[in-house]
Amino acid sequence: MEFAELIKTPRADNVILHRPFYLAVEGTLCLTGHHLIFSSRRQDNAEELWLLHSNIDSIEKRFVGSLGTIIIKCKDLRIIQLDIPGMEECLNIASSIEALSTLDSVTLMYPFFYRPMFEIIEDGWRSFLPDQEFELLSSVTDEWRLSCINKEFSVCPSYPPVVIVPKSIDDEALRKVAMFRHGSRFPVLSYYHKKNGMVMMRSSQPLTGTNGRRCKEDEKLINATLRPGKRGYIIDTRSLNVAQQARAKGGGFEQEAHYPQWRRIHKCIERFNILQESLIKLVEACNDQSHNMDRWLSKLEASNWLTHIKEILTAACLAAQCIDREGASVLVHGTEGTDSTLQVTSLAQIILDPRCRTIRGFESLVVREWLQAGHPFQQRCAQSAYSNSKQKWEAPVFLLFLDCVWQILRQFPCSFEFNEQFLIMLFEHAYASQFGTFLGNNENERSKLKLLQKTMSLWSWVNRSEELSKFQNPLFEANSLVIWPSVAPQSLQLWEGIFLRWNRPSKFLDEAHEEMISIIKYNKELQAKVNALRRQLAEMETDDRMQENL
Amino acid sequence: VLHSQISSIEKQATTATGCPLLIRCKNFQIIQLVIPQERDCHDVYISLIRLARPVKYEELYCFSFNPKLDKEEREQGWKLVNLHEEYNRMGIPNNYWQISDVNRDYGVCDSYPTEVYVPKSATAHIIVGSSKFRSRRRFPALSYYCKDNNASICRSSQPLSGFSARCLEDEQMLQAIRKANPGSDFIYVVDTRPKLNAMANRAAGKGYENEDNYSNIKFQFIGIENIHVMRNSLQKMLEVCELKSPSMSDFLWGLENSGWLKHIKAIMDAGIFIAKAVAEEGVSVLVHCSDGWDRTAQVCSVASLLLDPYYRTMKGFMVLIEKDWVSFGHKFNHRYGNLDGDPKEISPVIDQFIECVWQLMEQFPCAFEFNERFLIHIQHHIYSCQFGNFLCNSQKERRELKIQERTYSLWAHMWKNRADYLNPLYRSDHSQTQGTLRPQMAPCNFLYKFWSGMYNRFEKGLHPRQSVTDYLMAVKEETQQLEEELEVLGEKLANLQKSQLTDNKVKSKQQDGSKRLGLSTSNNNLANTPQEYSNDLKSFPSRSPSQGDEEDSALILTQDNLKSSDPDLSANSDQESGVEDLSCRSPSGGGCLPSEDSGKDSDEAVFLAV
Repeated sequence: MEFAELIKTPRADNVILHRPFYLAVEGTLCLTGHHLIFSSRRQDNAEELWLLHSNIDSIEKRFVGSLGTIIIKCKDLRIIQLDIPGMEECLNIASSIEALSTLDSVTLMYPFFYRPMFEIIEDGWRSFLPDQEFELLSSVTDEWRLSCINKEFSVCPSYPPVVIVPKSIDDEALRKVAMFRHGSRFPVLSYYHKKNGMVMMRSSQPLTGTNGRRCKEDEKLINATLRPGKRGYIIDTRSLNVAQQARAKGGGFEQEAHYPQWRRIHKCIERFNILQESLIKLVEACNDQSHNMDRWLSKLEASNWLTHIKEILTAACLAAQCIDREGASVLVHGTEGTDSTLQVTSLAQIILDPRCRTIRGFESLVVREWLQAGHPFQQRCAQSAYSNSKQKWEAPVFLLFLDCVWQILRQFPCSFEFNEQFLIMLFEHAYASQFGTFLGNNENERSKLKLLQKTMSLWSWVNRSEELSKFQNPLFEANSLVIWPSVAPQSLQLWEGIFLRWNRPSKFLDEAHEEMISIIKYNKELQAKVNALRRQLAEMETDDRMQENL
Repeated sequence: VLHSQISSIEKQATTATGCPLLIRCKNFQIIQLVIPQERDCHDVYISLIRLARPVKYEELYCFSFNPKLDKEEREQGWKLVNLHEEYNRMGIPNNYWQISDVNRDYGVCDSYPTEVYVPKSATAHIIVGSSKFRSRRRFPALSYYCKDNNASICRSSQPLSGFSARCLEDEQMLQAIRKANPGSDFIYVVDTRPKLNAMANRAAGKGYENEDNYSNIKFQFIGIENIHVMRNSLQKMLEVCELKSPSMSDFLWGLENSGWLKHIKAIMDAGIFIAKAVAEEGVSVLVHCSDGWDRTAQVCSVASLLLDPYYRTMKGFMVLIEKDWVSFGHKFNHRYGNLDGDPKEISPVIDQFIECVWQLMEQFPCAFEFNERFLIHIQHHIYSCQFGNFLCNSQKERRELKIQERTYSLWAHMWKNRADYLNPLYRSDHSQTQGTLRPQMAPCNFLYKFWSGMYNRFEKGLHPRQSVTDYLMAVKEETQQLEEELEVLGEKLANLQKSQLTDNKVKSKQQDGSKRLGLSTSNNNLANTPQEYSNDLKSFPSRSPSQGDEEDSALILTQDNLKSSDPDLSANSDQESGVEDLSCRSPSGGGCLPSEDSGKDSDEAVFLAV
């Protein structure tokens, strides 16, 4: 096995582990193909730390005499320090970690080696199939059909094999539309609003180019989603300026003249390295312990992270507003339709659709609107805030989405079935996981990797009652309404659960959470007791009456 | 809106619809009235200006406010908080501390209470001597005493040391404070001012203690800025709060630029320093600033709150405000502009203390018996002048006005409604309610947050639409009902079993079925109203007629009402006048009609459908 070649020193003793808010611990460090394992030898309080190599974002080494120090910065934003005696051991371990945390081949990743230690009750790979989704849809409308046009990923490499399109548009027309859209991502159904029958579609930009090319089939397709005499909105997630510039590269936007029934709104959502830099600056500010109050606020401001949150949420709210309040259908796209587009369509559904605020509904949303919709997880989540690589395709798009969900959850603490931990868990697994769910950039790559056969789905693990109980929100009361979050700066906050997770003691907040759970648990117990007594009483009374009648 | 809440009135340029009047309130509410006739508007303006700035105490609301309580109930109300009992609770008088009557007729210091607690070894001669060496004769007196280790917090004003003056009695006074804590051989003297300010004071014959002249003191500056800096800081922050649809950068930059949170942190840091000295080092502390009635009050009360869980209960918090603020002559009248006075005297001193408490509540969610609403209502009533507690500048003035005979106490009113102010996470046997609170010191800037619940409190649209506190309070209430029912059912069952045995039938009433209470804490109307997410939407022609009807018609309605009620408004000096007709447009456009006079937020009520 080639891992063995990468591990020159598999084990080091008398290593000291430093973490913020914990006392330093002495113990043994072991390296395996996929894990860094630290175990303290103290009998009374044996402690083990298992860290996936793929969770390691960057490592630094320092030497003082023959004592080496490795600082490991993780993709989940944690920073740990290991003091390793012996120059050679330290160097060996550092280079092994470096190599093992940056394996090129996906098939060497841990999910391909992981063997679950739990009983699989439900195969997560089969939990959210497009057919099931379509079945739900066809129970309320017959205006849509399931198209298998992309069966071999032959029309659009980043789309799933089956997509939902207007019934009146045949596959031939779809093929033509695909030619007219960036990366062949033709408009498909993202969400159907049962309340008024309005829909949200998503696509990539139209390839109008500088000479204003048009495509009759494209026009026909999106018009097919409108009711007679009604109009729709196109939400372009780029500024007008950027959209205009895109024409020079063959892209562009829908011209009013060709789409008279549609009104275009430009909402600027940043992309790629701007987001990555924002994350890096934010995490730097959160980790900087030296500065004073003023510096903290200005650094928070300079990171622009909350500005991005506000932009994304605003665009999503706008899409939801068009659908629910204006009674109009909506088409959302940016350039490729794999990033900001998905942020907007998925958040709009959380606002509009109570189902997306349940655990299962949210999982289904992540599967539909992120995994199947072809968000390139592997590229975007290759590195996190401590990376030095600065690759163009790395961007915390999914993390921004989760942060926006957290903002809504904070504003509607009783309307979500899941809690903050659930969102944090998804963040962790998107960046490093034992499960295959977030591997690959689209369904096409996943099928080539044979993930279904060779790896375990995250959902198989999450959807067991032992795990689910950790992610349930005790305050949840089903709320069937549309929920409109506030996007005012006063209403948006730094997501401490992610960004300050490792640099603040959370004891008092955890205690408060426990207190909350126990208050609700006690209430439920009492309810059960009262109900049982009532029943018993009622039974005795009937007995009594029967005896009387005899 | 109470006239006493009005902070400023601004007449804006006349528009087609009328003459707008912008009213800013001390509880951070902003009201815009549009009055069709300019003359009426001017009349309203002039009347409000006069009414908002009363010149005599007798004009204030509390002298006409009548909650329909009899004399006895009123007297009971004033007895709810008793400082004599409070010092007894601390264990005083004892071997080291005694009550002194040296100030019985306010003869020594007219801004101090008649009853002051001083070290036993401090004779009247020492006290009087020391008082002559202290600004406004505010000599060192006991604020808090820690039974467990004899360490204490004393407070005073700055010494009149100039560049070299000394006072033997003052030195003896500090010595006496040190001796009252036999476990420690020194005391801290904490000057809460920035060093520069303190040094500047020396030129005016005031200043700070010279370590060389006093035996065994450790002197410490803690840079809290003065009332003028704080007033400007709040002003700047409120400007940020008022911005119409600000960007994230506008907001964060403005917040930073106001320096508000930096000042809050400075006050907290001072409190934490003192609490640590007392609890961990067992060293007594003497705190002062310039006159010892603003920063000193803030810092002493924050430290007491950290040290003693009692002050984190509802009753204890009332006691704390009475002790460190009311009795020691915090100038409520000047600071909060109850009567027309020098605008330069106005400053949000107690507001900052209240915010410090909120910041602590955020960090220690289980540590306080009361909730955010409690703090907000106290803030409201400090300005409302509906109750007599916070009138005047000193105990002496209040006694002369016979406040207790002529007005009612806020504490009794709040105590009566205490169920509304409970923190559902509080449990008296929880670890956070024991002993000293130790907030994190080092990298803790991010722990201090903007308090939108206070400064944007009338913009309901900005706040979480569902309140965890209200939800949990409803659950707890239901739990209590369940407990009661369980007992009743248990008895019934026992009776039934007994009666079955004796073959006696008991006709039992059917319990009124469905007992599962529907808990709904979300303000659905609000939750179901989208904000302005884009200006582009307005111009879209195919807006279906049914959309947004509610908002539109509501707007027309308020304007109509306003027109008709307008003449009354200017003539009516009744406190409640026109409340229903006011169109309170908040800056972001969300309208709401808050009325807090009852001391209860009806908007936030929990709906329990049985």
